[in-house]
Amino acid sequence: MQLTVWTYEGPPHVGAMRIATAMQGVHYVLHAPQGDTYADLLFTMIERLPRRPPVTYTTFQARDLGGDTAGLFQQAARDAYDRFQPSAMLVGSSCTAELIQDDPGGLAHALRLPVPVVALELPSYQKKENWGAAETFYQLVRALAGPFALPPGGKRPARDPGVRASCNILGPSALGFRHRDDVRAVTEILDQLGVDVNVVAPLGATPEDLKRLGAADFNVLLYPEIGGQAAAWLARHFDQATVKTVPIGLGATREFIAEVAALAGVDPAPALSGAPSHSSWYSHSVDSTYLTGKRVFVFGDATHAIAAARIAAEELGFTVVGLGSYSREFAREVREAAKRYGVEALITDDYLQVEASVAELQPELVLGTQMERHIAKRLKVPCAVISAPVHVQDFPARYSPQMGFEGANVIFDSFVHPLMMGLEEHLLTMFRGDFEFNDAAPASHLGSTAGAAASVAANAAAPAVGTPVAAPVVPTDAAPANAVPTVPATGYVWAPDAERELGKIPFFVRGKARRNTERYAVERSVALITVETLYDAKAHYSR
Amino acid sequence: MSAVQGACVPAKIPLRADLSLTAERGQREVFCGLTGIIWLHRKIQDAFFLVVGSRTCAHLIQSAAGVMIFAEPRFATAIIDERDLAGLADANVELDRVVTQLLERRPEIKLLFLVGSCPSEVIKLDLSRAALRLSARFSPQVRVLNYSGSGIETTFTQGEDACLASLVPGLPGTAPEAPPNLLVVGTLADVVEDQLRLLFDAIGIADVQFFPPRHSTELPAVGPQTRFLLAQPFLADTARTLEERGARHIAAPFPLGAEGTQHWFEAAGAAFGVAAADVRRVTLASYERAQRSLARYREQLSGRRIFFFPDSQLEIPLARFLSTELGMQLVEVGTPYLHRAHLAAELALLPAGTRLVEGQHVENQLDRCRAERPDLVVCGLGLANPLEAQGLTTKWSIELVFTPIQGFNQAADLAELFARPLVRRSRLVA
Repeated sequence: MQLTVWTYEGPPHVGAMRIATAMQGVHYVLHAPQGDTYADLLFTMIERLPRRPPVTYTTFQARDLGGDTAGLFQQAARDAYDRFQPSAMLVGSSCTAELIQDDPGGLAHALRLPVPVVALELPSYQKKENWGAAETFYQLVRALAGPFALPPGGKRPARDPGVRASCNILGPSALGFRHRDDVRAVTEILDQLGVDVNVVAPLGATPEDLKRLGAADFNVLLYPEIGGQAAAWLARHFDQATVKTVPIGLGATREFIAEVAALAGVDPAPALSGAPSHSSWYSHSVDSTYLTGKRVFVFGDATHAIAAARIAAEELGFTVVGLGSYSREFAREVREAAKRYGVEALITDDYLQVEASVAELQPELVLGTQMERHIAKRLKVPCAVISAPVHVQDFPARYSPQMGFEGANVIFDSFVHPLMMGLEEHLLTMFRGDFEFNDAAPASHLGSTAGAAASVAANAAAPAVGTPVAAPVVPTDAAPANAVPTVPATGYVWAPDAERELGKIPFFVRGKARRNTERYAVERSVALITVETLYDAKAHYSR
Repeated sequence: MSAVQGACVPAKIPLRADLSLTAERGQREVFCGLTGIIWLHRKIQDAFFLVVGSRTCAHLIQSAAGVMIFAEPRFATAIIDERDLAGLADANVELDRVVTQLLERRPEIKLLFLVGSCPSEVIKLDLSRAALRLSARFSPQVRVLNYSGSGIETTFTQGEDACLASLVPGLPGTAPEAPPNLLVVGTLADVVEDQLRLLFDAIGIADVQFFPPRHSTELPAVGPQTRFLLAQPFLADTARTLEERGARHIAAPFPLGAEGTQHWFEAAGAAFGVAAADVRRVTLASYERAQRSLARYREQLSGRRIFFFPDSQLEIPLARFLSTELGMQLVEVGTPYLHRAHLAAELALLPAGTRLVEGQHVENQLDRCRAERPDLVVCGLGLANPLEAQGLTTKWSIELVFTPIQGFNQAADLAELFARPLVRRSRLVA
């Protein structure tokens, strides 16, 4: 048993729903109790799909358990076939139905439906959503493309040089983080390279499309968490190479283009030269110098977390102080990436552990999921969302990919906008202690009466001292000018002059300066924090 | 299985010859009782709800709660894993460990509910014994109770019923010579409780308590002198357990709308020997203000046709309010479950010919709904956008559970919830 406050992934049958909902002509009959239909709202409310997910739930109740739940399943499957006339069906159990062991696969088989029926075995007490999505997609691909596989050990015939190369795009699904827009971005790159897209799957694919996956020369794998298993099977049975570089970020996009061009035997130049990237120039512009060395914490699914860390380090000049993922299946890849930044990877699906890690590392920016957004909000650290689990905000109305050169531009904005802008930060430093421009003064447009007393207090503080760090907004600490030293339980006190000096530090870094100084004092058993201690600590923690 | 899926079988006891009631079976598009935790944990401010269930349960609550609104929620899930099922780990030992871990983290918790789920029911994990064991261990700091919010046993608001029923045996008793006291049963917003209390005071019923209380340490006393008034229509088990403690139910419509609230107060008055005329004198100003505020919505809603999918059991009282006070036409009123005794006063007020459907076959119901083309459809979040995409106008039913809608001052707010989707559709030109 595991105590869980929030969960990054749903159960594996929700992963199966993401595949069924992404595709056309597939219907999923799920043996599940009343209540499991909540999952529909993920698609209709978060992704705002204008149609119900193609899922029929048996919704059995306690009174059915003593009776014939197997009959209930068969009735539901037959009714669903009659009503929706799908070209392929998925059948399976949710967590509760798994316990009553009705065997949906066998029951559906006995109905002799005139379409392929794929039985899913998704162990709910062991596995989670992304695994369920990967397994479902793999089982569908195997069932539908399997009859056309090459003989064991068979080789693809060489492509006629007069024919354009073609590929499949694998992995995009329903409820994915910007999958819809990524497919468009990647398709545009492939088009520039002169590579045809044979099938995009599962998003938008029909069962007929899956049957012809083998016609492509190679596969482009965008989301290994979802499409990895199917891509590996296609590699074995259709001798198709897999493009494994995920084109998130400038560097990765260039590598992706090179990898595709090599496989397709085409010139990468058109795709590379036609790359209008603002992000690279913006990052080099002087205004961005304030981004240098910003401490970032990265957490998400493996693909997006690894990509975000690379962009942060190589394309924005940040310092990665933490990197982690809830994708246990990809722990090895995340650990390898973490090594590049000299940090220990955090592999966990325990939200509380992630929160503790963020609190301890005190990053200046968090790149995470919606869960980390809440952690960051609580700790008053800026945050950008980089990965599922998704929120309605992660389905913007505008075109907003993560992949390709446009994706790099989108990411530049989304990582940088939560931070205080360079010039803004510079001005705050210049005018710190200004009588109208301090944390106690009200906003100028609210009139001048409210903040009179506060302005006087702030004015008393002489302008001085270099800003130790350029940090984002942190909790503001009230520092009364004539503070009486108080003895906290930790055993140090602030001397009044040190407290006054602290008051001169701009409010948006004052909390951090206080915390660092106190930590320094505790570590060195300093009982009285003086002005000297403050600057010793500053020197100690400065980069 | 004897009943054929989706077949409509006539109910046994027709309530009124001029109402049509059919029971329907098939796929139910409803929440399970765990969902009640979302409002119950806000109401009882020192209680924690620990679901003993699967990852699905955890995912349900966080999805239904609108994904992580509450920074530090007072609910969590003890997720059963393979080791618990295979018998490698004693589930009870594991549960004790998780509860200990939780209470160490949250020392301010005074009341812990172990909430049963579909998996815990199916594997027959005995949470009532676990609650007794853990209560003995953590008392007096923490009381541990249990109830089931499982989907196989409870539909949506029935989770609140099960929760409140689990609290009743632990309520203190009233003194033998105590004067009659009034208990208002069912979760209401604090602001609504405060308004109702003022009116009860003015009517002359001074000893009024609300159940559930805001803090687990303020449990109301119950005994043979207790009369209880239901504020929510889904509390069958809670009412039964209160009756087992000697309390007596005051039959009344529910306090929705000006008329409903008026009848509700008059029923309370009658039970405490206050004449209807005296109640009316006290409530007159509130009643008239509510009527004035309802007038503009009557213009917007009168004659409009409304269709209810089953959700919270609030459907029948809402349908009564919308038809009698706002002139809406009822196309179909679905309810997950119809408690004929508690709803008797409501059913008596429904217009002749009202089509009531108990239970659900969602596909057939959608077919009927599309065929009828009502002006407004009240349905769950899984159905609303797909129906909007087909040109129908919808109202999310879950909002009717989360929003303060009871009492005189909220009557117009309640009407506005139904008017807003219609107003919105009329405003949008593109």
